[in-house]
Amino acid sequence: MRYLPSSDSDRAAMLDAIGKKAVGELFEQIPAGLRLRDRLNVPGPLSEPELLEYFEQASVESACDYVSLLGAGAYAHYRPVVIDALILRGEFLTSYTPYQAEISQGNLQAMFEFQTLIAQLTGMDVANSSLYDGSTAANEAVLMAMRLTRRNRVVVARTLHPEYRQVIETYLQHQGVEIAETPYASTGQIDLAALESVVNDQTAAVVVQSPNFFGTLESWAKIAEVVHKRGALLVSAVTEPLSLALVKPPIEADIVCGEAQSFGVPVAYGGPYVGFLATKEQFVRQMPGRLVGQTRDSEGRRGYCLTLATREQHIRREKATSNICTSQSLMALNATIYMCLLGKSGLRALAEQNLSKACYAADELGKVPGASLPFAASHFNEFVVKAPGDCGELLAALREEKVIGGLPLERFYPELKDHLLVCVTEIVSRRALDRMIEVWHRFSRPVAESIADAAAVG
Amino acid sequence: MTNRIKNATPHMTRNEDLIFERSKPGKTGAELRPLDVPARSAERTLGDLYRRDIEGFPEISELDVMRHFTRLSTWNYSIDAGVYPLGSCTMKYNPRLNETVARFAGLGTDHPYTPEQLSQGCLKVLADTQRALLEITGMDAISLQPAAGAQGELTGLLMIRACLRERGDARRFILVPDSAHGTNPASVTISGYEALPLKSDSRGCVDLAELERLMSTEVAGLMLTNPNTLGIFEQDIQKICEIVHIKGGLVYMDGANMNALVGVAQPGRFGIDVMHLNLHKTFSTPHGGGGPGSGPVAVKRVLEPYLPAPTVEEQPDGSVRLNYDRPRSVGRVRAFYGNFGMAVRALAYILAYGPEGLRQATEDAVLNANYVKERIRECYDLPYDAPSMHECVFSDKRQESRGVRTGDIAKRLIDYGFHPYTTSFPLIVHGALMIEPTESAGKVELDALIDALRSIAQEAQESPELVQTAPHTTRVSRLDEVGAARKPVLRWKPAAP
Repeated sequence: MRYLPSSDSDRAAMLDAIGKKAVGELFEQIPAGLRLRDRLNVPGPLSEPELLEYFEQASVESACDYVSLLGAGAYAHYRPVVIDALILRGEFLTSYTPYQAEISQGNLQAMFEFQTLIAQLTGMDVANSSLYDGSTAANEAVLMAMRLTRRNRVVVARTLHPEYRQVIETYLQHQGVEIAETPYASTGQIDLAALESVVNDQTAAVVVQSPNFFGTLESWAKIAEVVHKRGALLVSAVTEPLSLALVKPPIEADIVCGEAQSFGVPVAYGGPYVGFLATKEQFVRQMPGRLVGQTRDSEGRRGYCLTLATREQHIRREKATSNICTSQSLMALNATIYMCLLGKSGLRALAEQNLSKACYAADELGKVPGASLPFAASHFNEFVVKAPGDCGELLAALREEKVIGGLPLERFYPELKDHLLVCVTEIVSRRALDRMIEVWHRFSRPVAESIADAAAVG
Repeated sequence: MTNRIKNATPHMTRNEDLIFERSKPGKTGAELRPLDVPARSAERTLGDLYRRDIEGFPEISELDVMRHFTRLSTWNYSIDAGVYPLGSCTMKYNPRLNETVARFAGLGTDHPYTPEQLSQGCLKVLADTQRALLEITGMDAISLQPAAGAQGELTGLLMIRACLRERGDARRFILVPDSAHGTNPASVTISGYEALPLKSDSRGCVDLAELERLMSTEVAGLMLTNPNTLGIFEQDIQKICEIVHIKGGLVYMDGANMNALVGVAQPGRFGIDVMHLNLHKTFSTPHGGGGPGSGPVAVKRVLEPYLPAPTVEEQPDGSVRLNYDRPRSVGRVRAFYGNFGMAVRALAYILAYGPEGLRQATEDAVLNANYVKERIRECYDLPYDAPSMHECVFSDKRQESRGVRTGDIAKRLIDYGFHPYTTSFPLIVHGALMIEPTESAGKVELDALIDALRSIAQEAQESPELVQTAPHTTRVSRLDEVGAARKPVLRWKPAAP
């Protein structure tokens, strides 16, 4: 087998050295009845060209030749080639968690840079070196707020990503916690009056996403006032952190958590992605996940090491701040390289393009007879639009033109029947957008005519 | 012997400041395609929400980025560079082909909300991965949703809880052996249970009498790593499961050490009810400096109704669909379907090996561990002298009298060109040296590792200070971890003007 370095003569020599005649003797410690007699029923072995063919087939049966207007927590942005040139270096790809700091300075410094970039972007004091993804980061933020406040009630905005809400519910189901949902207003933003009535003196955390699941931007100052008045902590969740290049960071929040996939991490059917969690200095010791700190070596040189490990499961066991061990270092490195490549001006220019394109698409779709934009508040690169008629039929018509036209919201919000969540990033060309808009117009014509007929009859 | 030892020498490593210290206003490392729609003024569109600046964010060229991260990379040890005998971590070769296929169009680019009929390629990869993992484990059903081993543990415990609650009593405790990985008790807490420590016996295995004593109708189940963290197969596994089952509990198997069993034994036949796998250990997906991982959780029929939703299901017509209609599910543990890209890589690993290859890899891993163990046992104390599977655990007892501890020996191993073994774990061994060579080390490299460990044992006797102050060949010497924790500096800040 091509991956195995041992030769048969090596194996024989090693067996001889340990006084065994056959390798089977080493497995005699497993009771005979439990040992597998037959070979496994798995395919293979496949040579390299055969393996490529196998996965090429899977690639063919994918949506790679479609223009996709899907966002909803996973964003397709252009991925500079430098990212793979760097993250495929074996020194990054095939190293372990940097517990042995002297031979892991590369990973450690890169994670220190990730922490700094996330802190700068979110307007927080400190960030950790990554969590599994945005959904689990939101959950960890809630658990952290519960530890900090010693309260056991959690309020989540209904406009927090529905799957993030589900993850929080899963983790909290045996923690004796009450979870309340707070509705959105007609603007698409959180309903402040409703929020005020649901937050009380037992509330540990209020979780609000911006841009929220509808793509709508929230105003943090007023939300923070309501939350802090009752001594609760405000958790700001971000699924599209590119927005932070143009939108004021949630500095009023106590914890900012989210998903950094948007920074050049492949969409890859949902993972691996990279969660992050940032907070104020005073809350550092209740943070989950790994932290890299700056220090000195015995000769006074600057260096980095994992720090505040006494929060973690390998030291604290059942009393740890979280059960997390593995993080998402390679994806965090991917995001770090992306942020560095784009840099301050590049990231802002890219965010401006996303904003311009989404505004163009929203404006044009809003003009389609029978279609409407239900939410008036500002958005970034994603918005909700009501279809002129049955959105399933509209999506099918778009698919004919090789366009995946957006996410039907009814699946998560029954009251939003025929509403689509549409995301437009810089990779969608104007030509594709115009083709999509044209389908909407074509689709709306019969609908508009039937409305006109109805009006004439009336 | 000593003249055969090839100490590592420092190769060229360039100094490299933080990326922020390389920044110069006006530079960028990426240029955008010209905008093809009318430009919007962000300031006017966003109004009060408009951000003027990202303070401190770097401005650098593409070449700066390339050099910066290339230089950083040279300061890391890696599997590609050498043997990585880190116990319980299974640091095996990560085939590059797997990186290539994971980036194929569609597999690397399909959106998770793509309509199912358009993303059959991705769904079939998930289904094929599931089928292969079920065959390897001998379990009945599986979810690839958990993002890593610890999340697999939590998912499994939540399923146990859901099952017992339906039977009328969720119970209070989960038994966790004192040799267990730290994530076990931490996961128990989050699942709403209390961890009840289970003492190991003199063999380092589950003490059956103690298990009988502790197992009661208050105990929901047992979390067991098999082979355990000493690298010893729990021979009483069937009896253990029976004791737990008779009292109405369920058995969770931590599959972190599955590299000792693939193709040789199926945990599904042991009597366990639920287990997780670490795709980043047994199935070669890259550790990437600490993630991403993937922790599929596999169950016997009894727990199938409680798997996280959606499940990935093959249809009679050969298509694959996502089933969200799972009313008894414990819920969702991660957005979308887990770390899909890791499933692609794990499947590529399994297909490349095939059935005989997988068994051969297991045999090599176990042979390697036993070979290392036999050849260094005269130099180091072996607290549990039982047959080893894929790893072996020594103690620093003999070196301790000279003031040399396991951490020192580990650091000295770096000077010989090796990544250290796992230190100070499991906790039941005083000053543990936990060595797992995996199948990805040939005899020549193992002999060099053995020579290094023997030589260090000698150094510990003759010149302990040399060992205590190691490493001597690295870019930085031992770092002040105490100082780092006392006054944490967790980010770069510009120097005060």
